[in-house]
Amino acid sequence: MKGISRRRFLAASLAGGAATTLSVTKEAWGASSFDGYPDGMGVLVDLTRCVGCRSCEAACNKEQNLAAPAEPFDDMSIYDKRFHGQKRRTDENSYTVVNRYEKDGAKPVYRKIQCNHCNEPACLTSCFTSAYKKTKEGAVTYNSKVCVGCRNCMVACPFAIPAYSYSSAFNPEIKKCVFCHETRLKNGQPPACVDACPQEVMTFGRRRDLIKIANDRIRTRPGRYVDHIYGEHEVGGTAWLYLSDRPFEEVGFDTTLSKEPIISNVKGFLSTVPMVLAIWPALFTGFHLLSKKQDHGHGEHAHSAQEEDEK
Amino acid sequence: MHTKRKWLVGAIVLAALWSAPLEEGAAQDFPEFIELDSLSDLYGPVPFDHLMHLDFGSCADCHHHGTGVPVQDANCARCHSNAETVPIISCKECHARDPFSATDIREKEADLHLYHRDKPGLKGAYHLSCLGCHEEMGAPTGCNDCHVRTKAGEAFFRGGPR
Ligand code: HEC
Ligand code: HEC
Ligand code: HEC
Ligand code: HEC
Ligand code: HEC
Repeated sequence: MKGISRRRFLAASLAGGAATTLSVTKEAWGASSFDGYPDGMGVLVDLTRCVGCRSCEAACNKEQNLAAPAEPFDDMSIYDKRFHGQKRRTDENSYTVVNRYEKDGAKPVYRKIQCNHCNEPACLTSCFTSAYKKTKEGAVTYNSKVCVGCRNCMVACPFAIPAYSYSSAFNPEIKKCVFCHETRLKNGQPPACVDACPQEVMTFGRRRDLIKIANDRIRTRPGRYVDHIYGEHEVGGTAWLYLSDRPFEEVGFDTTLSKEPIISNVKGFLSTVPMVLAIWPALFTGFHLLSKKQDHGHGEHAHSAQEEDEK
Repeated sequence: MHTKRKWLVGAIVLAALWSAPLEEGAAQDFPEFIELDSLSDLYGPVPFDHLMHLDFGSCADCHHHGTGVPVQDANCARCHSNAETVPIISCKECHARDPFSATDIREKEADLHLYHRDKPGLKGAYHLSCLGCHEEMGAPTGCNDCHVRTKAGEAFFRGGPR
């Protein structure tokens, strides 16, 4: 399996190849201003509805066939635990986790984290081997067959989502939420967490419709929400959107992110230290992968080209 | 026994007060006890004491409109005249079992004049309505309080590969 896909890779890069090899320049990235697929799906998460029951975590575990947690999902003591002084994060066996945020006198706020499925994913742009792909349905998927385990995506992700799998030493693998793309999303179904939630914290629909719904909720229920949809513009927009009744920075959101997609930063980074990027993949997989990376920079075309590649 | 009778009297008085705007059938058909079981899977059915709940709220607290009782939510009252009645009372007739199915989303998209595009599914409607009040009034809110987990539910919360 692996051999075949590598070979296909080689063929593809030979075709588009020689001209672009090693010319990791600004121009190569220039054309990219991708607003996400117009019909892409998304999820609106309304923090005011969440009661912290962790049904979403259990549903994700089941859907993705992950290992059982040490304590069952109805164990609420997890909210009091800290890991290296931090609240819980996603890892190779939990693609989504819920954390609790408390404040004196206010009722606790629960916040689910998982991949936000950016319109212009930093993981994707930081990946040499095109292991990531933004599907037309809106998911950011990952292909372990071509991943070389460089972990650039883990550094690049503004939400610290991709997790490294230590369970297979020889087969590097990143684990993260994939929007249940294979099992559900591509068939028009919502992800498992959405279906499981008793409180309908999550609303599934086209991203553009969700923004209207979110604005309507803010408008028709004055005083209930902070007047902001997190993810509408952050890092160029994400498929997962959030409403909250507490300032977002108080409930664990990074409110310092710019409206620019991370790709722009990567662009700057590339032009200053191209060699870092040039050498890494060369070491791991050989030069042909570089030209593959080149395709990437052209945004929309690259996305669809990529899709065809994998069919 | 005593409280039961009190509530019966209460209900009759209330019914009399509301009889004008009430749907003909609705008042008579008021079921005192309902077993909510149309979704049961991870949990068993919910034994719902309809009559007992009149103790804690008016019809409109749960039946957000349509029982002939003035609409309570200011947001809804903007458009819905105060005491209209509708033939459909049951939550499950309006709130979809599968609100995010492709068919459901397609239907919503095809209906250009539809105003209500943000209607929760049945599971959401029940919990948002029931849990909300239970929280406010200090009534039970545990996941095993209104319904008891089934074998499938136990396995679900334990996790791990099937
Ligand atoms: C605490 C919430 C609550 C209150 C208060 C309440 N109901 Fe109900 N009622 C329900 C629920 C839940 C059902 C079951 C709906 C379903 O099957 O989806 C129901 C069912 C009904 C039905 C049967 C509908 C059918 O077609 O099966 C009628 C009639 C009804 N209620 C009338 C009333 C009236 C009149 C009042 C006020 C006197 C009232 N209810 C107060 C929650 C409530
Ligand atoms: C801006 C005006 C407006 C507001 C506010 C409004 N509605 Fe409506 N409602 C409508 C219109 C228009 C319809 C006709 C059906 C449609 O377009 O969805 C309707 C229809 C309905 C129906 C019958 C349709 C069905 O699903 O069978 C219900 C029930 C209803 N509204 C409930 C509510 C509730 C509950 C609220 C408050 C949360 C509310 N409405 C607020 C305009 C409004
Ligand atoms: C005649 C159709 C109809 C029936 C019957 C009905 N609903 Fe609704 N419900 C609606 C509509 C339409 C809305 C959307 C209102 C909106 O736009 O916020 C709604 C909204 C809601 C909401 C969300 C309100 C909010 O402010 O966000 C809840 C909760 C709810 N319904 C619970 C119930 C419960 C519980 C029952 C049964 C006791 C019930 N509904 C019966 C049509 C119905
Ligand atoms: C208006 C507020 C209110 C609403 C709405 C409400 N409840 Fe209740 N419910 C209560 C209160 C208060 C109690 C506690 C009664 C007691 O302890 O005597 C209660 C008790 C119960 C109990 C018994 C729990 C136990 O462990 O003894 C059940 C079951 C229940 N409710 C189900 C529901 C369901 C299902 C709904 C939604 C369809 C609902 N309730 C909506 C106020 C409400
Ligand atoms: C106030 C009562 C109440 C409480 C508390 C409550 N539920 Fe429910 N739940 C209901 C009702 C009513 C239904 C609908 C039952 C039906 O129609 O079969 C339901 C159905 C469900 C269902 C879908 C049916 C199934 O068996 O899979 C799930 C899942 C669920 N509840 C999860 C939860 C979780 C998790 C909690 C704890 C946060 C919780 N519920 C707390 C009232 C409650």
